[in-house]
Amino acid sequence: MKDFWRNFSRNRGAVVGLVVLVAVLILAVLAPVLYPGSPWDMAGMPFAPPGEEGMLLGTDSLGRDVAAGIAHGARVSLLVGAVSTVAALAIGVSLGAIAGYLGGLVDDLVMRFTEFFQTIPSFVLAILLVAIFTPSIASIVFAIAVVSWPPVARVVRAEFLSLRSREFVQASEVLGKSRLSIVVGDILPNALSPIVVLSSLMVASAILLESALSFLGLGDPNMMSWGFLIGSGRSVIRMAWWMSVFPGIAIFLTVLSLNLVGEGLSDALNPRLARNRGGKP
Amino acid sequence: MTRLLTVDSLTVALPQGADRPHAVEELSLHLDAGEILCVVGESGSGKSITANTVMGLLPKTLKVKAGTVTFEGESILGLSAEALRSRRGRRMAMVFQEPMTALNPLMRVGDQIAEALQVHGKGSEAKARVPELLAAVNLPDPASIARMHPFRLSGGQRQRVMIAMALALEPALLIADEPTTALDVTTQMQILRLMREIQERKGMGVMFITHDFGVVAEIADRVAVMQHGRIVEQGPASDILNAPQHPYTRKLIAAVPHGAALEKPAIRPSPVLVMKGVEKTYQRGGWFGPKAVVKAVHDADFTLNKGETLGLVGESGSGKSTLARCVVRLVEPEKGEILFHGKDLRPLSRQGWLPYRKRIQMVFQDPYASLNPRRKVGDAITEGPITHGVSPAEARTRALDLLRLVKLDPSAMERYPHEFSGGQRQRIGLARALAMQPELLIADEPVSALDVSVQAQVLDLLAEIRQRLGLTMLFITHDLRVAAQICDRIAVMQRGAIVELGPTEQVFGAPQHPYTRALLDSIPGRDWTPPVLAETA
Repeated sequence: MKDFWRNFSRNRGAVVGLVVLVAVLILAVLAPVLYPGSPWDMAGMPFAPPGEEGMLLGTDSLGRDVAAGIAHGARVSLLVGAVSTVAALAIGVSLGAIAGYLGGLVDDLVMRFTEFFQTIPSFVLAILLVAIFTPSIASIVFAIAVVSWPPVARVVRAEFLSLRSREFVQASEVLGKSRLSIVVGDILPNALSPIVVLSSLMVASAILLESALSFLGLGDPNMMSWGFLIGSGRSVIRMAWWMSVFPGIAIFLTVLSLNLVGEGLSDALNPRLARNRGGKP
Repeated sequence: MTRLLTVDSLTVALPQGADRPHAVEELSLHLDAGEILCVVGESGSGKSITANTVMGLLPKTLKVKAGTVTFEGESILGLSAEALRSRRGRRMAMVFQEPMTALNPLMRVGDQIAEALQVHGKGSEAKARVPELLAAVNLPDPASIARMHPFRLSGGQRQRVMIAMALALEPALLIADEPTTALDVTTQMQILRLMREIQERKGMGVMFITHDFGVVAEIADRVAVMQHGRIVEQGPASDILNAPQHPYTRKLIAAVPHGAALEKPAIRPSPVLVMKGVEKTYQRGGWFGPKAVVKAVHDADFTLNKGETLGLVGESGSGKSTLARCVVRLVEPEKGEILFHGKDLRPLSRQGWLPYRKRIQMVFQDPYASLNPRRKVGDAITEGPITHGVSPAEARTRALDLLRLVKLDPSAMERYPHEFSGGQRQRIGLARALAMQPELLIADEPVSALDVSVQAQVLDLLAEIRQRLGLTMLFITHDLRVAAQICDRIAVMQRGAIVELGPTEQVFGAPQHPYTRALLDSIPGRDWTPPVLAETA
């Protein structure tokens, strides 16, 4: 664990990313305290620029506080990012594990199934799914999970294929352990590092997908989200730039920090690779 | 004789945090033209660092702290990169250990040799010289070999190409860093003979790095023995091999498998394992184009009696590992019967196999890959018995007993595999297999990845445990000396089939099959019998 932190903190970008991420998390947790009441309520004059009327980041066309929207939107974005990633991991890891461990015909079938999902443009499929199931937080999470599991399945399968032929797995086989306990006890723990790295990047892309869906008006109508804020500010961007720019910055910072953290995790989990990449001594 | 190379009190520092301060310390040696100096030592003794210092190939993290290296009368440690380059290849050349990766896979073999000539301004001669060089290393049909890419050549052929490349400019000094370690015995013998022959013809000085005393006996004029970065003993080969002085040299030579069979109790024929008509084929390709079918195992019948050790010997790709894996069902053969106490194991389901898992166990080759890096040693040893319904408490006491049996400290239970050395890990693997209290133990090259002194310890341990527990053992190895030492009977495998099977003395003393004879002729240093040394401990 100590080694892990030393290697992680060696990558300065990752530390900055982690700090930003923690800040966003705190903002999300404290949103009801900082901005009590619904973010949909009018808080002041419409179109108030940042800093005026006591509004830190200005108000939108109906006089709603943009800062309150961003704080409450952080909850939705992080929630959707985390839950849909967990769901995608569950699908991807189990299918990848089955394909990689059993191999042969099962592997072929599962991989063709995976390719089927990979060949459909993921965003179009997500829009379709949300439109069919009516926009709600659950259907958004479902749609994002459905379009983002294939890479996980591929990574896990590749790891399993190479680990399966390792001697320690064969030794477990010879000891007579059951398939499930070999997969869960022997192979999975050794395949964990690429999964952890991948999942931090998946949270980032899930947040982007959710924002894009909300931008198109397919967000949960009862939940304030960053994508909705940008979408509603789009038509008045020339007279009220702050309505789109601040939520945009929020998305940008969150996604960037998740990517940085992902890279730091990858360095910390594969210290050898990181050192070969050179750069930091 | 002209003095070619002198290394005088060379000290190379290791980076901070390494297990010792210097990779090489106060090292002095010399090499004359026309002689072969073998530098012998176990892994980590600093022999490769010495070679790399002479070639000017030290990694940047290692610095020469003291000493001089004189080559053909001039000191080469202070030379510029430019000056070093003009000597490298032209006056001194190097052959590396791993022929599979030392050649550029995208370049034709002939072009790679020609390149060596070009960089030293002799590109115009390349056309004539390349086939000549390839012929000089006894490669058949040099013209067509020159047009091939490396992937079409075998390991031995690639090593010949490497040697041809090193010899292209007729260097005065050739450094060979374990050039035959990655090769099969028969190929190794051919390469050793070739190097000896070329060295005599050209009068080169050769610095030959190896860990194998058999190779030393085969090729060396003089020997330098290294331990922990120091030369502990140096002298003519016959002196070192037959009358070693330093305790470490004595220990190493005593550890060389002597190839002499031990006193063995008579085996009564009571079959534990009978293999009948087992066949395994691998197919490649399909869909488009013809399928390539490789018969990995065929015609490999044998019977293993209770209390007996049968050695399966053969070169890489002979199918010995595949055959052994068929017995524990890591490989599923298409045909044949695997009779264990008269019961055919082949058609059994995964469930049906379970009772036999306890009775047949396996020890693997690579001590670094055969233990789960994320599991404590104690858990690794106890998980087998626990899977089979032994209570955790009992499994734990058994594991502690076993650790004592394989001569490890009980504290090992709570540690992770990476905290142990290769030999210790191999003993953990043995304890894991023995925890199941098997009758039949399959040992797949259990000592091939270990240094010779550690190898001797593990072999002794195996012999002792086998005796004490009355184990029946199937022992797979490519090293005939090891096989001779531990096995009651030997089965020689070639291309998937057992070509000769008989009692150890008979196979070694009066081999019937030509392949067995070829194998025996290829044991490096077969004319040298390690001296019987009095205990020096």
